Amino acid sequence: MEEAVTFLKDWSRDGLLPWSAQCAAVKRFGLTQAAAEALALENGLFPARYQRNRNMISTQEQLKLFRSKVAVIGCGGLGGYVIEELARLGVGHIVAIDPDIFEEHNLNRQILSTPATLGKAKVEAALDRVAEINPAVTVTPVKDAFCLVNGYELLAGVQVAVDALDSISYRLELAEICGTAGIPMVHGAIGGWYGHVATQMPGDTTVQNIYRHWVAGKGIEQQLGNPAFTPAVIASLEVAEACKILLGKGELLRDRKLSIDLLEMEVHEISYKKAGGIELVDAA
Amino acid sequence: MQVTIKLFATFRNGRFKIEQRELPEETDVRTVVLSLGLTEAEIGIIMLNGRHGELDQKLKENDILSLFPLVGGG
Repeated sequence: MEEAVTFLKDWSRDGLLPWSAQCAAVKRFGLTQAAAEALALENGLFPARYQRNRNMISTQEQLKLFRSKVAVIGCGGLGGYVIEELARLGVGHIVAIDPDIFEEHNLNRQILSTPATLGKAKVEAALDRVAEINPAVTVTPVKDAFCLVNGYELLAGVQVAVDALDSISYRLELAEICGTAGIPMVHGAIGGWYGHVATQMPGDTTVQNIYRHWVAGKGIEQQLGNPAFTPAVIASLEVAEACKILLGKGELLRDRKLSIDLLEMEVHEISYKKAGGIELVDAA
Repeated sequence: MQVTIKLFATFRNGRFKIEQRELPEETDVRTVVLSLGLTEAEIGIIMLNGRHGELDQKLKENDILSLFPLVGGG
């Protein structure tokens, strides 16, 4: 292994390890891409593919991301973008959960869907896509519906759960499991031009509060559908939150919900104060 | 009594963003929701004067009622 470290160091320039050298080390020392990336980061080398993360994310933080495991529950509109961004960010392990296959009506927005992947399991498409864009990232595909029965098992060892579900009842089950298992949850939901994001730390009940009037069924997404851009916006906000949780930096969307209206280009923040009730901060 | 009603997202379609209404004393949130042609199942969030409101809550003079639709897609 020392030999491999020397090799990586020799091929690095200004602390940056080129992808070609990482691949050469993989071949020469019989490493996996993940092992080569770990070795580089542990020895203070920044894989050059992440060089634009630099000064925003330090080598130590990049290593922290690499050692992190994030579950993405739902691999459709939100989940596709969430997985894409987590993999490019350099989160080392992604658990991708979804029971469905791609259908034609997914093509207008779900980034993992193409005419060629119609009929293919969404989690398989996620696995293939991540292997293509960042082979150092491990994806565990789970072609199953997330629920109370399998939830604890699926979230074992996970540092953050990203909600990319399309069902309010499953979301509430995810919130319940995350609360009991002590896992931070980043909640996102979309419908037409509209979406919202919130972060729920263990012990919080923000998601339960958001849906406290819900009885059954779906929201406005049932009538409006979802266009190409709304999932990308909300998914990106979710990944920013997940990144901050993993790195323990910045100000989280905790005890508050960001509601976004892309038709009128309005952003409203609704505060879910701990001491009873919620508060509308700036809904003008 | 005078009450300010604020609507968000799809609730604005064919209605308004903000409107002042003269309502009989003791009117509750549910009555306003139904008078707007909305159903209880469509309601996501009810805010009354910046705090969480309930459908059976009674409104008072100068109250500000904000209604958001349910959003749950992914």
